[in-house]
Amino acid sequence: MATTESVIEQQQNEQAASQNGDLWEGGKSPFRASYGKIMMWYFLLSDAFTFAGFLIAYGALRFSSPTWPVPDFVFSTAPFGIHHAPLIFVTIMSFLLIVSSVTMVRAVQEGHRENKRGVMIWLFLTILGGSGFLGCQAWEWNNLIGTEHMTVNTNPFGTWTQDGVYLEDEHGHAYEAGEEPETFDAGESYLIHKHEGDWVQREVQFADGSRGQQAFGPKAFGALFFFITGFHGFHVFTGVLILTIILVNVASNIYVERKNGYEMVEKVGLYWHFVDLVWVFVFLVFYLL
Amino acid sequence: MANVATPVTTTPKYDEDLLIEEYGYDDHFHEHHEGDKYQANFITTYIFSQDHKIIAKQFLITGMFWAIVGALMSLVFRLQLGFPEESLAWLKPVLGKWIVVNDAGVGTLAPEFYYALVTMHGTILVFFVLTAGLSGTFSNLLIPLQIGARDMASPFLNMLSYWFFFLASVVMFFSLFLNTGPFAGGWTAYPPLSALPQASSGSGAGMTLWVVSLVFFVVSVLLGGINYITTVLNLRTKGMSMWRMPLTIWSFFITAIIGLLSFPVLVSAFFLVVFDRELNTSFFLNEIFINNQALDYAGGSPVLYQHLFWFFGHPEVYIIILPAMGMVSEVLSVHSRKPIFGYKAMVFSILAIAFLSFIVWAHHMFMSGVNPFISNFFVVFTLIIAVPSAVKVFNWIATLYGGNIRFNAASLFGIGFVSMFISGGLTGIFLGNSAIDIQLHDTYFVVAHFHIVMGVAAFFGMFAGIYNWFPKMYGRFMNDTLGKIHFWGTLVGAYAVFWPMHYLGMAGVPRRYYSFDNFETFSHFAGLNQFITIAAIVTFGFQILFVINFFYSIWYGKKMTTRNPWGASTLEWTTPIKTGHGNWPGKVPTVQRWAYDYGKDGKEYIPQIVPAQEGETNVH
Repeated sequence: MATTESVIEQQQNEQAASQNGDLWEGGKSPFRASYGKIMMWYFLLSDAFTFAGFLIAYGALRFSSPTWPVPDFVFSTAPFGIHHAPLIFVTIMSFLLIVSSVTMVRAVQEGHRENKRGVMIWLFLTILGGSGFLGCQAWEWNNLIGTEHMTVNTNPFGTWTQDGVYLEDEHGHAYEAGEEPETFDAGESYLIHKHEGDWVQREVQFADGSRGQQAFGPKAFGALFFFITGFHGFHVFTGVLILTIILVNVASNIYVERKNGYEMVEKVGLYWHFVDLVWVFVFLVFYLL
Repeated sequence: MANVATPVTTTPKYDEDLLIEEYGYDDHFHEHHEGDKYQANFITTYIFSQDHKIIAKQFLITGMFWAIVGALMSLVFRLQLGFPEESLAWLKPVLGKWIVVNDAGVGTLAPEFYYALVTMHGTILVFFVLTAGLSGTFSNLLIPLQIGARDMASPFLNMLSYWFFFLASVVMFFSLFLNTGPFAGGWTAYPPLSALPQASSGSGAGMTLWVVSLVFFVVSVLLGGINYITTVLNLRTKGMSMWRMPLTIWSFFITAIIGLLSFPVLVSAFFLVVFDRELNTSFFLNEIFINNQALDYAGGSPVLYQHLFWFFGHPEVYIIILPAMGMVSEVLSVHSRKPIFGYKAMVFSILAIAFLSFIVWAHHMFMSGVNPFISNFFVVFTLIIAVPSAVKVFNWIATLYGGNIRFNAASLFGIGFVSMFISGGLTGIFLGNSAIDIQLHDTYFVVAHFHIVMGVAAFFGMFAGIYNWFPKMYGRFMNDTLGKIHFWGTLVGAYAVFWPMHYLGMAGVPRRYYSFDNFETFSHFAGLNQFITIAAIVTFGFQILFVINFFYSIWYGKKMTTRNPWGASTLEWTTPIKTGHGNWPGKVPTVQRWAYDYGKDGKEYIPQIVPAQEGETNVH
């Protein structure tokens, strides 16, 4: 591998110039970092701009749309039949990912201590955390697509712009005599159900007396959600793969032989924390705002 | 005038080997690389090479291939514009069904193929020639050589960078032969033409291959860019402080950073376009009709695409021009035998241009329906770019002033670059004003402006670089007489092509039109259009001369006899004439001074490896 030898070369360069005081005078890394680490930083910088592009697209489309589904309503389901539990599931998911960052830090720390066993344990836990996050995301996507029928170009989550009252029940049948009609307020979101392949768009009467029916929400919501969380999930997935490779490498003593400590662990750690940081923004725009 | 060269009394001789042996440091490189396994056979030496010098040549020659293809395309559509009545039936053997021959035997260019040619010409020249071919070539060649490094930080990624570019090239080249034709919606690929596969014949498979190719291309740019930045930061030899780096390195370094921050946003836009195309999302599409059929899109914004695209697109023009600026600074200084005027001002203006390039993107969109008040902001910053640009121009002129100029092909192209940059830059001031843009947008004035300021100027910088560093690449010189003919032909030809376009543009002649038959008001420009077409053909002929000169000189050019033929002070000329893997046969040289000690203390030049002499003042 060219990289291995370049690392050796690099270290020799640094040794040769170690008497030289000023870090910017050449012959020594100005950030006291190896070329690999600097490359990772710059890669992350560029990746941050990719995500920034997506999030700006999100902002532009969201604020040009008259309504936007309320996250507390959209993300209120969890496994085992839990309903009406706003953001509970995504909290668990985010917690897993954040904790996996903590375990990553521990793996790097053990790497600095040249403790192979420690590195392996904490790397393994990090992989578990990442896989757990991916599992949760799979469930969430499955629920949104399979149960709630949201796709990249259909968004059944609409939002009322004025107060009113439903004229039909959830199955699209007129209320029976004596039944109390359901009411709604402006700003409240609803889900259009699919019944035997047909959308049930309930008839309503608004406070001003006019009639209408449930309309589909902005298409951009579904498209952006699947696209951005998918792109982030792809990053997590790649991270888990790389972590696994690194774990195998650690187990086979490659880094002990290379004599550059466990720097690869540190580099993949940078990537992992970055993915974590991106999730904070994704979480913010889709689940909180 | 302190900066005017003092009369040169001596042309000193330096023994580079001795200096490196004495002051260089030993990194035991050749002990580790004995029996070099990276260059063991033909394939690892010339094809999947990890040597930055070979990779530079690969970039250059692939770029030259694309330059010829792109230029030929422009000639075909120029023929259509200049001679719409003439028969193009003779092109049928090459262009096949895109030349429609009627019963009388008169062949005309298919309008959709005209758009495809314009689109491909732009895509190829902007991305493949002036990004990969220019900064790919010279960043690779010069960064390790001029900073005193054995190679790039990661030679392997560097190799990948070229091969991703190659892959992008193959995919794009393939798209030219599609039955439905290559993409035809303009090099900016605005939706809906890019986002709706049914929008035009090139929007289907042509656009798919276009976007795939460019994603590969961005991967190549990012791999290259990460490598260039890291190499410049980390692998400088001892003594090579940032403020001693030649301006070439500064410009490649900043170019790589701009690329690293702007190309990812382009990728974001492309991914969203792909979703719109393949999964029917509505990121960039709103309610739209095709053939009176309403399509199922809602809520998207084509202007959003333009924002994302131009956030990349404007920095991209500086990705193209900055490497040319860096090389011209170096070439002008070396061949006028004077230190570059205002070295630090040059560096700070590069930094200023790089920063400003990120906050002016909407000046490409004044007429796209953005808020006129927002335009004010972009006008102001756009016009401020004139300041660092003017600093650079004055510094180049001041460098030449009073110099002992050697007029050879390299320095002439350097001077030509300055001329082009001034001519094209001045029209930029017009276009940067949103009010004037109402009249000038999407006319030939724009075409003239950007061709001169970033097309021709960048080519001039590239030619200056090729003529100057050809000996370093191949150990031989290019023929200088042919080079001078090439220069004068190109200078006169390029002005003849693009100068008249300003008049067309001011009269309101729109760009990208296949034919002006329906516009009586433009009919009196037919003669001018013919003149432009003839000038373009003649100018292309001079480029053929260059290509012949280039390839002839690789094998039969005058051989280099001394290792530093130009008497330049930078490190690349301290390597042996036949520069092997690792660049220096023994120790790596250390750097003792800045890169521009010309005409100092009565000496014609002092290489960077020469330590400060006793009593020497002003050692940078």
